[in-house]
Amino acid sequence: MIRTELVKMLRRPRTWVTIALLNALPTLVAVLLAVTDLAPAPGEGPAFLSAVLTDGTLFPLAALAIVLPLLMPVAVALYAGEAVAGEAAAGTLRYVLVRPVGRTRLLVAKLVSILAFVLLAVVVVAVVAYGVGVLLLGQGSAATAGSVTGFSGTSLSSAEMVQRTVMAVIYVALSMLGVAALALFLSTASDSALGAALGALAFLVASTLLLTLDAAQALRPYLPTRYWLSFVDLFRDPILWRDIVRGVVLQGVYVAVFLGAAWANFGTKDVTS
Amino acid sequence: MIRTSGLTKRFGPVLAVDGLDLDVREGDVYGFLGANGSGKTTTVRMILGLVLATSGEVELLGQPMPRRARRVLPSVGTLVEGPAAYPHLSGRANLRLYDAMGGAAGRRDRRRRVDQALEVVGLQAAADRRVRGYSLGMRQRLGLASALLQRPRLLVLDEPTNGLDPQGIREMRELLLRLNAEGVTIFLSSHLLAEVEQLCTRVGVLDRGRLVVQAALADLQAPTGRTVLVTPDPAAAVGVLDGRVERRDGERLLVRAADPAALNAELVHAGVRVRELAPERRGLEDVVLESTSGLPGESS
Repeated sequence: MIRTELVKMLRRPRTWVTIALLNALPTLVAVLLAVTDLAPAPGEGPAFLSAVLTDGTLFPLAALAIVLPLLMPVAVALYAGEAVAGEAAAGTLRYVLVRPVGRTRLLVAKLVSILAFVLLAVVVVAVVAYGVGVLLLGQGSAATAGSVTGFSGTSLSSAEMVQRTVMAVIYVALSMLGVAALALFLSTASDSALGAALGALAFLVASTLLLTLDAAQALRPYLPTRYWLSFVDLFRDPILWRDIVRGVVLQGVYVAVFLGAAWANFGTKDVTS
Repeated sequence: MIRTSGLTKRFGPVLAVDGLDLDVREGDVYGFLGANGSGKTTTVRMILGLVLATSGEVELLGQPMPRRARRVLPSVGTLVEGPAAYPHLSGRANLRLYDAMGGAAGRRDRRRRVDQALEVVGLQAAADRRVRGYSLGMRQRLGLASALLQRPRLLVLDEPTNGLDPQGIREMRELLLRLNAEGVTIFLSSHLLAEVEQLCTRVGVLDRGRLVVQAALADLQAPTGRTVLVTPDPAAAVGVLDGRVERRDGERLLVRAADPAALNAELVHAGVRVRELAPERRGLEDVVLESTSGLPGESS
């Protein structure tokens, strides 16, 4: 079933349109930077953006930081919200279930396909951004010397950079799992794919808002968006693991809770679509 | 093949299906009749494990449902409330996907199974076009092809001729009869009496969630013990038959006589000319009207 879900995902035009759109914003940013040469000051704007003018090979990280807070969650929520509700609306859900595909299996396959979609999107964004960065912003002197300067001021070798970029890509993908699981749960509860996606997004908006509120201090460690941008910690020397680990664990908890809720809801649901 | 006992489904305050005892036997072409909203589709969905019964049991191919769905459903082909497919894929790609789901069938013979199913429903020519561009009739054929993919022993079809033109309906009927002759049991729900009358060996009639008739079609249509007589001499015939005429309608008389041959001899002997003579049979429509509160199929 996982294989068929992956085939479905890869053969859908919508998958590729979404990924193309995800790439549009970072590319536009790169073009603007290349034309104007106006980088935000260090510490302002999306992470890494101040550094990319001197080194285009850092642009993948800047691109991830650009799409992560808003575009990526929108794409994931839309995709995951469609997972069950979309099949229900199209009428294919009943035919899938009588093949037969067990309901738990279907949910797991859907979650795997969502994860694959997220990974694919993140990797494509990173690869495209690398190409765009090198092309438009040029390779910095640091890159030719075989090392770049990390956040902590020490140098990172190219090999280390590649390794840490891969880790960052994986971390960003994992960060999306909480939204994905929530949207999947809402997708089993509603027959409207759009409703499920918007529900998940509303949750994220609330989380982002609460993060800025001092009175919500006590809630902060449990908010799904709290550790999203912690992937920059991977580029400190040594790596600052604390928030990364917390981020992964938190996403794991969200997945467990919402997947459990989706299972409980969908397992005994009357499929009347 | 399908057996339910006391099958009941309640949606909130609405009792959709009420204590249903269905019995579909191997080799049947079972016509499941009922007006729209009488609970046909809910029943079909409960049989397939899509909707969970409030109470009662379902047995499919001798196994309890939905507990043994994984064992049973690979041998069941279904068409529930219209076909559905992934519109951005071709008909062939859709069949390949459906065939791969559930994992009951191996990958090795997939191409052959898909080709065969396409051929049976006559969809080879359009197989590589996207389903988005299919007509309703083509989608219906594709739905039937996916039901036939894994050579089912039982077909559960909900309104299978919906959206087909007369030619398509005829082909569908011939296909179903051929499959039945090959040993496939067919359970067909419909609100079209004529369709069921032409195809089915047994019928069940559902009225507001309750099964009001379940019998062999031949039994339902058994002669009524009356004979229909058409004669150009109706007055003379009434004189000869003397009190046995139940109804007179122009040249058409309804006579209480079980044996048309004897009646014919008697009339001819008396010099009454006979144009038509036949035992009266009840049509399915009469049976359904008698047993239900309303006319099935008044709308669709």
